[in-house]
Amino acid sequence: MKKSILPIVTVLAAIVVIWYAGAVWLNSQWTYDQAARADVEVTFSEVVADTLSQDRPVLPAPHQVAKGLWDGIAGQKITSKRSLVYHGWITFSATMAGFGLGTVAGILLAVGIVHSRAMDMSVMPWAIASQTIPILAIAPMVIVVLASLGIKGMLPKAIIAAYLSFFPVLVGMVKGLRAPDAMQLDLLRTYNASDAQSFWKLRLPASMPYLFASLKVGIAAALVGTIVAELPAGATQGLGARLLSGSYYGQTIQIWAALFGAAILAALLVLVVGVVERITLKRKGMAQ
Amino acid sequence: MSAVGWGAIAFWLVAWAANSVLANRFPKAGWVKALVPTLFGITLLVLWQGLVRGLDVSPVILPAPTDIAAAIGANIPLLWGDFTQTILKGALAGYLIGCGAAIVVAVLVDRSPFLQRGLLPVGNFVAALPIVGIAPILVMWFGFDWQSKAAVVVVMVFFPVLVNMVAGLAATDALSRDLMATWSASYPQALVKLRLPAALPFLFNGLKIATTLALIGAIVAEFFGSPTRGMGFRISTAVGQLDLPLVWAEITVAALAGSGFYGLIALIEKAATFWHPSQRGK
Repeated sequence: MKKSILPIVTVLAAIVVIWYAGAVWLNSQWTYDQAARADVEVTFSEVVADTLSQDRPVLPAPHQVAKGLWDGIAGQKITSKRSLVYHGWITFSATMAGFGLGTVAGILLAVGIVHSRAMDMSVMPWAIASQTIPILAIAPMVIVVLASLGIKGMLPKAIIAAYLSFFPVLVGMVKGLRAPDAMQLDLLRTYNASDAQSFWKLRLPASMPYLFASLKVGIAAALVGTIVAELPAGATQGLGARLLSGSYYGQTIQIWAALFGAAILAALLVLVVGVVERITLKRKGMAQ
Repeated sequence: MSAVGWGAIAFWLVAWAANSVLANRFPKAGWVKALVPTLFGITLLVLWQGLVRGLDVSPVILPAPTDIAAAIGANIPLLWGDFTQTILKGALAGYLIGCGAAIVVAVLVDRSPFLQRGLLPVGNFVAALPIVGIAPILVMWFGFDWQSKAAVVVVMVFFPVLVNMVAGLAATDALSRDLMATWSASYPQALVKLRLPAALPFLFNGLKIATTLALIGAIVAEFFGSPTRGMGFRISTAVGQLDLPLVWAEITVAALAGSGFYGLIALIEKAATFWHPSQRGK
């Protein structure tokens, strides 16, 4: 791990440098236009200084995004409509509700599939096919239709998040519940263990590493689903709505700040799942 | 509930019983493996139709499958136009550019272990981010037509393919590499004859993930502005007019395109990596 810190920092530094160069290049057009209109000559250093501090740049410089992010997180009261903490909380709560629903559904379906061959043969191909459908693209429609039924607020977003997080959990759990090998299953049979007993004492514990690997994928997918579900016009709360209003009013810094807010939220969520995973696996004696 | 609804439920029960018998009695037969999921799919459609008709569900909430089929039949030129705009121009162009760029970058990075150690964690991290969010920015940069959709798709597919390709290029074992060295194979020779073929199973894994991402990117980007055609545009405007059968027709086309795209890549994979254990078993 320690060996890879220097390369990662180098790559990140390279990205920041390219970003600054891109900001100067993309924003210079506007600076030159302004200068031509005012009939003044601008030197190269003036151009650079101006491109990095425009109000509505084509590509905001990293420090502008950092400032926008800081203003959004720490510069406002957290109940304010301009606070990223407030919008992040809305997105976070819908993500968690959907993630919870999707995980429970995925685990239940996986248990059914492992115990019933008919279910395995009929449901599994369709569960896989359902993922080749770009469901995320119809998320706004689901929102609008549910709203016309009078269902508003967190639930519609949570349903989309649940749909996206359910599949990784289902596949991982089916694999995990089938992870015990024939020898272990035979051992439990010699103990005359019932199906329920072998489920609780062997299959479920054995599936934990698989479950956590899919939970990490699932929670990231749930967050993406929630953000896209917040995009339809009319939504005023959440990181997705922040992205949309930024794009309507040309507030590029606001878009980038919301984008990085979402990235930080995603990183935190995956991190938390990772910590729970480590604690659980350690207690089960499975830690690598 | 009317007789249609009860009929559908009865059909479901009978089909389920048939499926259980078939699955438990002939679990190995090839025709059962195809028949059971097909029967399940037909059952879902019948149940959908029966419940929508039987419970008199308003078409604004959920149209029946026959309504959707009628909408598809009535709007074929429109659907074809949207299909070319979104899938053939936006998604496919972006997919080819994004995957091509990712493969090239992976091969370039492959010569430097330093860059690899730096790029892999960053790439893994970026692949988990809500990248769809950059759609409004790219639409602002590249305009409303399909170029901006292709740009969104490029960014979305790039990192999953890159991460898989880098992992694939590292997948050869020391023994095979030593063999190449004893033949005094040059770097390009070893790359073309050993490492690229060995990377294919990983690459196809990434390419398959990228198919769905490409469709999602192309359709979602249209919500942020598009010319007056395209699947995302049609879905959002038809929802506004509460023309739900047309929306579902677009969804059906998207679903078929998504499955077809995925199936095409899976077929190419089967032909290109026939030697891999995961393909030989079947």
